[in-house]
Amino acid sequence: MTQVSMTVNGKAVSAEIEDRTLLVAFIRDHLGLTGTHVGCETSQCGACTVHVDGAAMKSCSMLAVMAEGSSITTIEGLAPTDDTLHPVQEAFREHHGLQCGFCTPGMIMSATDMIRRYEGRLDEATIREQLEGNLCRCTGYHNIVKAIAAASETMASSGMTDEGEADTATAAS
Amino acid sequence: MYDVSYRRAGTVPGAVETFSQGDDPKYVAGGQTLIPTMKARLAAPSELVDVSRIEDLIGICEDGDRVIVGASTTHAAVHADPLLGRLIPGLAALAGNIGDPMVRHRGTMGGSVVNNDPSADYPAALLALGATVRTDRRDVAADDFFVDMFETDLEEDELITAIAFPVPKRATYAKFPNPASRYAMVGVMVAELADGSIRVAVTGAGSSGVFRWREAETALAATMDAAALDGLSVDADEMLEDLHGSGEYRAHLVGVMAKRAVNALS
Ligand SMILES: Cc1cc2nc3c(=O)[nH]c(=O)nc-3n(C[C@H](O)[C@H](O)[C@H](O)COP(=O)(O)OP(=O)(O)OC[C@H]3O[C@@H](n4cnc5c(N)ncnc54)[C@H](O)[C@@H]3O)c2cc1C
Ligand code: FES
Ligand code: FES
Repeated sequence: MTQVSMTVNGKAVSAEIEDRTLLVAFIRDHLGLTGTHVGCETSQCGACTVHVDGAAMKSCSMLAVMAEGSSITTIEGLAPTDDTLHPVQEAFREHHGLQCGFCTPGMIMSATDMIRRYEGRLDEATIREQLEGNLCRCTGYHNIVKAIAAASETMASSGMTDEGEADTATAAS
Repeated sequence: MYDVSYRRAGTVPGAVETFSQGDDPKYVAGGQTLIPTMKARLAAPSELVDVSRIEDLIGICEDGDRVIVGASTTHAAVHADPLLGRLIPGLAALAGNIGDPMVRHRGTMGGSVVNNDPSADYPAALLALGATVRTDRRDVAADDFFVDMFETDLEEDELITAIAFPVPKRATYAKFPNPASRYAMVGVMVAELADGSIRVAVTGAGSSGVFRWREAETALAATMDAAALDGLSVDADEMLEDLHGSGEYRAHLVGVMAKRAVNALS
């Protein structure tokens, strides 16, 4: 057993857990934040995507103890308040970017990550390539891609991407 | 996953020391290969020694005519590094096509190289660029490092600290990704080194893992043109065969990807 401490959606959390506890199990079972989904458990589907220190990662593919001292954002932590939506969530609603909704939390966490890295400059081909790690069994992806493109534009025009860390080599390639 | 105890190392000697005290220990870096393998119960170390936060193992710097990449540098950091983008853009581009963004945010060069998956991308780059693997105790040339698929020249407790890449004149990597996994069905790096020699390394295809295609090297040394590869082929019997493709299919792809890599050289 190990004592872990990290910040999740802005709140300090701490617990004594088995070392083998996956980060996704810690988030869902210990913290009760069930918005982060487990689709495949084999590192393929991206339903479990969260941000660890600002970068998207698959929470089923790391141990909670590996995130000691980190700052985690899950789907529950994106919107500024309980009764508003983050622009990416809003765009998924607007563009019908989900059907069953199972992949959606992971899709949205990946989308916000790519919009940050590309500072809102995303074309369709780039969005599709950057969604490589997220599988959807329902939508056929078209509306997901549309939603991300729209959200990216909204966020860029409202200055929400200014703090984005430029991923220069990515943007150039 | 079986029970395991986890230790985070802060220094290179500390990591090796903690490892030596373990029962059946394993180093872990990004965990993008090891954690899924442990979840599938295909690996069951009793201790994990995490080397991903050792500062000396993270980062990229220039050292004379080489670029040194710390073992725990993530694929995303390799891809976005301005120094590499300028000096070895073919390597930065290769890193940007490993797996998916989430894998690139955690997975490391050291972990990939140690694993020596026959379909991994970095082994082709190390071999084509004539890189040197630096460990806590010695330097090993890439030519001697990759022994067979999933097998390297490393000792059980040996820790990779960095990979040193001599800056080439030019190098490009052409990859045909497996549409499902994104690993290389076939990946070929073609490099012209500083001394003018040509090296061609192939991953994804060989049944003993990454290999140098010497015949192609000789042909390209005479004429650096894709047409120089016409009529050359690798032996289909020495290629991997699985549900994704036959040996013949992979042997054909090796020629196609090598030509694409040559055509992309500038
Ligand atoms: C969905 C998915 C897609 C992927 N696609 C690709 C792809 O297209 N191309 C590709 O090349 N790879 C791909 N990978 C693999 C990925 O690149 C891994 O990150 C990499 O193979 C291992 O790096 P790691 O840091 O995660 O290593 P870990 O999983 O932490 O460790 C791997 C092995 O290396 C050992 N180790 C780690 N660091 C050191 C060190 N410094 N010294 C000694 N031993 C060490 C560990 O003990 C372990 O045996 C993919 C992985 C996933 C999950
Ligand atoms: S549940 Fe993590 S990648 Fe599918
Ligand atoms: S909406 Fe059902 S899996 Fe994507």
